[in-house]
Amino acid sequence: MAVMQIKFIDKIGEGTINKIESLGRIALFFAVGIIHIFIKPFQGKKILDQIVFIGSKSIFVIALTGFFTGMVLGLQGYYSLVRFGSEAALGSAVALTLIRELGPVLTAIMVAARAGSAMAAEIGVMRISEQIDALRTMHINPVRFLFTPRIVASIFSFPFLTALFNVVGIFGGYISGSVILGINQNVYMGTVIESVSIEDITGGFYKALAFSVVVTTICCYRGFYMHLKGEFGARGVSTATTNAVVQSCIFILIVDYAITFFLV
Amino acid sequence: MNTPLIQLENISKRFGNLDVLKGINLSIYQGEILVIIGKSGTGKSVLLKHIIGLVQPDSGRIYIQGELLEELPSAKIKSYQKLLSYMFQENALFDYMTIYDNIALPLIENPDVIPSRIREKVFILMERLGLRGIENKFPAQLSGGMRKRVALARALITDPKLVLFDEPTTGLDPVRKRKVHEMITEYKEHFGFTAVIVSHDIPNIFNIAQRIAMLKDGGILFEGTKEDVFKSHGKILNDFEMGKEI
Repeated sequence: MAVMQIKFIDKIGEGTINKIESLGRIALFFAVGIIHIFIKPFQGKKILDQIVFIGSKSIFVIALTGFFTGMVLGLQGYYSLVRFGSEAALGSAVALTLIRELGPVLTAIMVAARAGSAMAAEIGVMRISEQIDALRTMHINPVRFLFTPRIVASIFSFPFLTALFNVVGIFGGYISGSVILGINQNVYMGTVIESVSIEDITGGFYKALAFSVVVTTICCYRGFYMHLKGEFGARGVSTATTNAVVQSCIFILIVDYAITFFLV
Repeated sequence: MNTPLIQLENISKRFGNLDVLKGINLSIYQGEILVIIGKSGTGKSVLLKHIIGLVQPDSGRIYIQGELLEELPSAKIKSYQKLLSYMFQENALFDYMTIYDNIALPLIENPDVIPSRIREKVFILMERLGLRGIENKFPAQLSGGMRKRVALARALITDPKLVLFDEPTTGLDPVRKRKVHEMITEYKEHFGFTAVIVSHDIPNIFNIAQRIAMLKDGGILFEGTKEDVFKSHGKILNDFEMGKEI
């Protein structure tokens, strides 16, 4: 019995140490990546390549998601508001829901699914094929080479994609609310403009920035240190990719709550 | 003999519960080709990774030209590390980069190298290694032998003094194996580097070896010049070649 208790305590201790080590590693990974943004030579071309990958290539999926989210909000909002005779407030409801919450959150989740998974998988494959070790033998800092351009590109891309999501979403709400369900288009657009304040927009912008850091750091870190999880090869990469996306989504929601708590 | 270029003294390394290296003593001399042989899993690649600094030993000392590594200032360690190069077993080329970019990468990322000099240097090296005309191709478009040469070109682009080869002929047919061996000796003469080769390609690798070290169970079973080793441990080498347990 005593042996089992010791083993149990041993396991808890080992797990705690591993978690603390992991937190330290991710903090160091992030800090090194950020410091290298300011160390010459600047990685302009690599950053542009990543902006194309994370930003430009996500435009279609973000626009599509934004459009249908806006349409659903328009539809649901209309049938909820019409019960209280307040359907004229649909534009305001759609715009505020999108700009304050759904825009930044859904954009970040979609980018995590599309670009974040690719980051984790690509860096994971580089780990198992010894390309990361090769960088070190060439005296190239692998965190600078792999993570820094991606975090800079994400910081530029996320706010832009969130803005796109919001605009297309408001348009989707207009299609379902005004074009399909017949709310006066001037009323819809008028309540959108009237209700949205600059604080709502900057709040959403802060969230987009925070999510860009969360998604990129988690996804790159998971790929970079995939070998520490005890799984190797194709299975290791697939586990790292899955963990990267799941953890990104969880942390997006946690950080969203934290920021909202301070903004409201 | 002269002071070794690199000397490993009593190096030990453990991964989890597994003792991979147990008190390794090994010297690498300027200008030689040292071949390290041994069964799979005896720690040959881990030993190479200790030399280049990818893995740190749990205990033991590493001397660089007679100076203890841990006592050297970090600037000197960095300048020493810049003299080393590593050719990976599976080449570790970057699939998304062209052959030119793969070879030029160590120079592109070095802020001290003038960009105009990079192009000139890469093309001279590509010419010497018979790689001209493929600079815009990608690694996946090349044969195994070509990829080896590209990996060698990348390893040599920084003018290293010591090149570490981790099983450079794995997965190649006998003709290409011979060509890789010829290539190492030819370029070793041409560029004047020291080579440490981990290899299973026995007996062919002995044709280019100047010194041989054999690893067994994480330790050095024997080490010496090719002639001495053949004289005193010929039976073990023969048994190993024949696939018998040693």
